Amino acid sequence: MKHTISVLVENHFGAFDRVATMFSGKGFNIRSISIGETEIAEISRMTIVTEGDDQIIDQVVKQLNRLIDTIKVVDLADTYHVERELALISIGLHKGSMEQIKNICDIFRGSIVDITNKSMMIEVTGPPDKIDAAVNVLAPFGIKEMARSGIVALKRGEQLKIQKKENITT
Amino acid sequence: MKKSDNTLNGAEIFFECLKREKVEHIFGYPGGAVLKLYEHLHDVNFLQHILVRHEQGAVHAAEGYAKASGKTGVVLVTSGPGATNTVTGIADAYMDSVPVVIFTGQVPSHLIGNDAFQEADIVGITRPITKHSFLVRDVKELALTIRKAFYIASTGRPGPVLVDLPKDVIASKCEFVYPEDVEIRGYKPTYKGHTNQIKKVAEVIAAAKRPLLYVGGGVIMSGGSQELALFARENKLPVAMTLQGLGAFPGTDDLSLGMLGMHGTYWANRAVDNCDVLVSLGARFDDRVTGKVETFAKNAYKIHVDIDPTCIDKNVVVDLPVVGDVKHIIAEIASEMPNPPETGEWLEQINEWREECPLVYEDNDGRLRTEFVIEKIFQKTKGEAVVVTDVGQHQMWTAQYYKYNNPRSNLTSGGLGTMGFSIPAAIGASFAVKDRPIISISGDGGFQMNIQELITAAAYKVPVKFIIINNSFLGMVRQWQELFHAEKFSFTDLSASNPDFVKVGEAFGIESYSTDNPKEVDSLLDKAFSVNDRAILLEFKVVKADMVFPMVPSGGSISDMMVKRLNPKRMI
Repeated sequence: MKHTISVLVENHFGAFDRVATMFSGKGFNIRSISIGETEIAEISRMTIVTEGDDQIIDQVVKQLNRLIDTIKVVDLADTYHVERELALISIGLHKGSMEQIKNICDIFRGSIVDITNKSMMIEVTGPPDKIDAAVNVLAPFGIKEMARSGIVALKRGEQLKIQKKENITT
Repeated sequence: MKKSDNTLNGAEIFFECLKREKVEHIFGYPGGAVLKLYEHLHDVNFLQHILVRHEQGAVHAAEGYAKASGKTGVVLVTSGPGATNTVTGIADAYMDSVPVVIFTGQVPSHLIGNDAFQEADIVGITRPITKHSFLVRDVKELALTIRKAFYIASTGRPGPVLVDLPKDVIASKCEFVYPEDVEIRGYKPTYKGHTNQIKKVAEVIAAAKRPLLYVGGGVIMSGGSQELALFARENKLPVAMTLQGLGAFPGTDDLSLGMLGMHGTYWANRAVDNCDVLVSLGARFDDRVTGKVETFAKNAYKIHVDIDPTCIDKNVVVDLPVVGDVKHIIAEIASEMPNPPETGEWLEQINEWREECPLVYEDNDGRLRTEFVIEKIFQKTKGEAVVVTDVGQHQMWTAQYYKYNNPRSNLTSGGLGTMGFSIPAAIGASFAVKDRPIISISGDGGFQMNIQELITAAAYKVPVKFIIINNSFLGMVRQWQELFHAEKFSFTDLSASNPDFVKVGEAFGIESYSTDNPKEVDSLLDKAFSVNDRAILLEFKVVKADMVFPMVPSGGSISDMMVKRLNPKRMI
């Protein structure tokens, strides 16, 4: 089963390598991984999408916790959370296809971020299945290049309260 | 530049920190990137630097020192090849949870990544085999980093921590402030076990009919041997130990079943197979213990006490986990016991197994056998010596026949199975232990893997008794070849290519003797035990093709246990 795991790590040199090394060394899968800043300068958030049975996910969470540079690990699978992904999709233009692509882009509430005579680039944001749907619909037009950000996710509602409670401050 | 009184260079800070960490011994080898450190070391008098002859030897020596003393072992080596030579030692320390801090030199910061002379990305290379590692990028971080390194290495589940020191960092100066306290927000080991879980453990054990304690190295590391002995004896609980656990409970005690697992005793393995409650204390359900996990203690209610949460449910899913320091948790379980369990019948049953299939070996054909040598060593030292084994058949026979009576006296490479461990580890242990004999036992194969450290032993006049069990074969590999690989004895026969070990010993300046006669074992051992101011080497030439039994084949069940050789014609 697919799990989205949110990991707060020290914004140190090498912290990402440790997580990646752990995954490859233990033979765990990474479907996607994204890293970025948080509201606290010294802490980064990694959002990792992995898969496995309960025992494997249990080990993934424990092994992540065991790393010295990880501060907090949350398996979001059992919680209400928001997942978002961003995709940049470059599509080749053919006679008459521009209008159709623009319509599809509107349906997915995407935006056109680049255009030339030969191609246009669309930015789509949303839950990963929405991105999948957009990609599927756009595929027949000829996707020239695509970049997906990987998932970022946050727990809904009480997320902020939890952070306050644990007093994660600089 | 403002100068305060306490401005020191990196090298001075390094030794100030070691002093405050109460480091008394450091195992190392100099080189270009650490010259500044060795420059200062020359005038340092609060610690002894032991010059090894290969950096792998330094790490094993630090491991032996740490395992024997409970203190953190310290290694200092140069960059590049000096650092990469430590890799096997670091992996060994990681697998066996040995607290070691390894300081590696590194090329100057501005050259990192340039393929500079003697550059290696040692932090990257060792990432999967260290508990943690640091690259010090600024001399201002040095003191805190060293403090953190010792703290991480020695707390929680111990392990190796590597600190990479670029040459310029060691040379530059800053004000020295020693951080008294260390706080790492991502690292908070759990020591205190969950109270309700502990109560439940006590209740389950009290109600058990056939309880068994399965004890690992964690009990020794946490210093919980006394607590264990009290608990087991008060409640009449049989104790089976892992290879690393030997010594956690006196091997001569009636409640000791010796070692369990692949080459464990018949009765320990039968007890595992038949127990109704299995209590794992500081052990990790390693594959050499469990064999086929589906059939391991298949009817037992499983309790697992460990300080490392990742060990819980990793190999075997347990019924009742307790995370925390095993020493305190054993004491707490003991105090929560409502009544001792009724184990009289169970212990009788185990004794029947003991008689059914005791440890035996051929001893009436006048030829020398490893088991005989180990038994003699045991008789002469009464289980009180520090015995440092290498890896292979002699290691398993020692585990079976040497009944360790004290914790921190069984030093061996268990997890990684590193041939070449014994010589340097015994040397390291000799700097920690002064009141008990130190015996290094190796096979003829492993003895040659860190043979260069013999000169370290000779130079420092360490009173180690080096014993070579020479069967002219890579014996354990040979055993697997005979049993599982069509008797193709591929590249395991050393009889035509072994050196003359007595001449080797003498070349290194070590008094050396050899025999293949069982009648001479006593007198040679007596001679060895009479020498206490220098090393001595004894070579015992044993029969070539003996095999270690019992044996549960890799991935097999207790029902697959072989207790003797099925094809006697293979005996050479």
